[in-house]
Amino acid sequence: MTPSSVIQRVRLKQTSVLPGFGLSMGFTLFYLALLVLIPLGGLVLFTGTRITLDEFWVKAIADPRVLASYRLSLGGSFIAALLNAVFGLIVAWVLVRYEFPGKRFMDAIVDLPFALPTAVSGIALTTLYVHTGWIGRWFEPLGIQIAYAWPGIIIALTLIGLPFVVRTVQPALEGLEPEIEEAAASLGATRWQTFVYVTLPTVMPSLLTGFALAFARAVGEFGSVYFIAGNMPYKTEIAPLLILIKLEQFDYVGATAIGVVMLIVAFVLLLIINLLQWWSRRHQL
Amino acid sequence: MIAGTCRYVAVLVVMLFSPLNAFGGTVELLNASYDPTRELYREFNDAFASHWHEKTGNTVVVRQSHGGSGSQARSVIQGLQADVVTLALAADIDAIAEHSGLLPSNWQTRFPHNSAPYSSTLAFLVRKGNPKNIHNWDDLAREDVQVITPNPKTSGVARWNYLAIWGFALRRELGENFVARLKDPLDAEEVAAAQEKARDFTARVYRNVPVLDRAARGATNTFIQRKLGDVLINWENEALLGANELDAARVEIVVPPVAIKTEPVVALVDVNVDRKKTREIAQAYLEFLYSPTGQDIAARNYYRPVDPAVFARYAHQFPELELFTVDEVFGGWPNAYRDHFDDGASFDRIYSPR
Repeated sequence: MTPSSVIQRVRLKQTSVLPGFGLSMGFTLFYLALLVLIPLGGLVLFTGTRITLDEFWVKAIADPRVLASYRLSLGGSFIAALLNAVFGLIVAWVLVRYEFPGKRFMDAIVDLPFALPTAVSGIALTTLYVHTGWIGRWFEPLGIQIAYAWPGIIIALTLIGLPFVVRTVQPALEGLEPEIEEAAASLGATRWQTFVYVTLPTVMPSLLTGFALAFARAVGEFGSVYFIAGNMPYKTEIAPLLILIKLEQFDYVGATAIGVVMLIVAFVLLLIINLLQWWSRRHQL
Repeated sequence: MIAGTCRYVAVLVVMLFSPLNAFGGTVELLNASYDPTRELYREFNDAFASHWHEKTGNTVVVRQSHGGSGSQARSVIQGLQADVVTLALAADIDAIAEHSGLLPSNWQTRFPHNSAPYSSTLAFLVRKGNPKNIHNWDDLAREDVQVITPNPKTSGVARWNYLAIWGFALRRELGENFVARLKDPLDAEEVAAAQEKARDFTARVYRNVPVLDRAARGATNTFIQRKLGDVLINWENEALLGANELDAARVEIVVPPVAIKTEPVVALVDVNVDRKKTREIAQAYLEFLYSPTGQDIAARNYYRPVDPAVFARYAHQFPELELFTVDEVFGGWPNAYRDHFDDGASFDRIYSPR
């Protein structure tokens, strides 16, 4: 289910020839409440009742170490989602537009990060990119540290976000008939113009959706990043790890406060991206 | 790795079939412990089972749960039905008492030797041939040395490591009788200066730490599998136990001449044993740790037994060291936490940008 479909569904009841709206709507609310609203609501409620505003400010916002972890989590996720938007588009393009041997296989590989336990991908990436690893050893003489530094974090976040972009862009590209591009070409557009003025606007909404999903997934990611990050305070400590560290110190208040900030940030960002997407869909026709 | 996987499979099999045992009049105990005690308790549980069978004719199956000491404490607080906890440091069991009330806060007085049936200390693992020439804690502060130790906020052994580094610096500044001088009001000025030096020294060591793993096992992986760092600070018992594996991993043990006496502790979880009606057997289980058999098994697994007779028999396997304790140098765990591990205390200040 893409966020866009959620937004469209929010429009209130319209008379429909199909029966069962009441029942299915009731079930949807119940289902969402049980799985999403109640746990997250509990988090907010705990914050609201047990934590004073001062405490919240000191623990979740004014602490420079916590701030550094937000910067890393959000910044890293943004860069990773951006990389995915660019390279995921290329991958989707290749998979849709060209025929070549092994295409099915390659198509299947794209989904692997969905299913792989993130700890596995984290450990595998660390093994490759550590200074003695197959890839890391070529960067070591250049003085570039990948594992246990921020480039490693971005690689891990990019890996888990890739399928989101490819899988959302693919159907849009498939729906784009080559004749439209041919028409553009026959009207004198250069290849670049065709891409920028014809292809890109068509896939833009789904590209934004993919970007948003990859970004959201990366903000919450813990398993793979934990293994490759090095986890140094102020440098390579992501916000979800800081929540865990606070919990292990029995600082439930601090952990909850950071959790709530992450929740708000994620919600606001997704909302902005959804609005952007809605806007671009409107202006495309 | 393969041995590790086998262990998980074994635990899984035990867990799958253990409910069946319940029908045979079998009593089950759950011991929540920390990571390096796997081998110790595997042997000890077998010995206790046959001891109990001889004594009462009943069968007992002791199940083990292992993990980082702090996370194990948290699991018990959040409802892991452990009958006994055998953790890396007293502070973790204090946390259980404080945050859940599952056991009374005076738990440490209920078994001999402050509820510590065996002790250990810390040792260094270095690369084969000791290329960086590391022999003492001093060497960890050298600029050309990378040190692997986990995050003291989350790992039990890491807290021991941290206090060992700090304590060593105090010992160096104040001399051999530093424990007495720390408490002597006449030396107050000198002690304050030594504490400042210890802070600097500890900060210098931690600047040589490239990765802060969450627990001891992670740090061992970083050092052995990823080959990161020149020295790993670890439990003496774990270092000695893995001597064969160490050779294969091309590392060797270095024992520093001064170190902290680490005292893993044991306790009965009152609320759980009363609910499961296992108090009697759980009590016997922990007491058996202090028996000659229990002490012998601890020594065989390279824990230093508290029983002097047993210790004498195994003295050859433990390097002679000058050992200091948390109580002597840091005034007990609550003070150590306040001064070093709480938010904003000395460990946090190492990393906060000035």
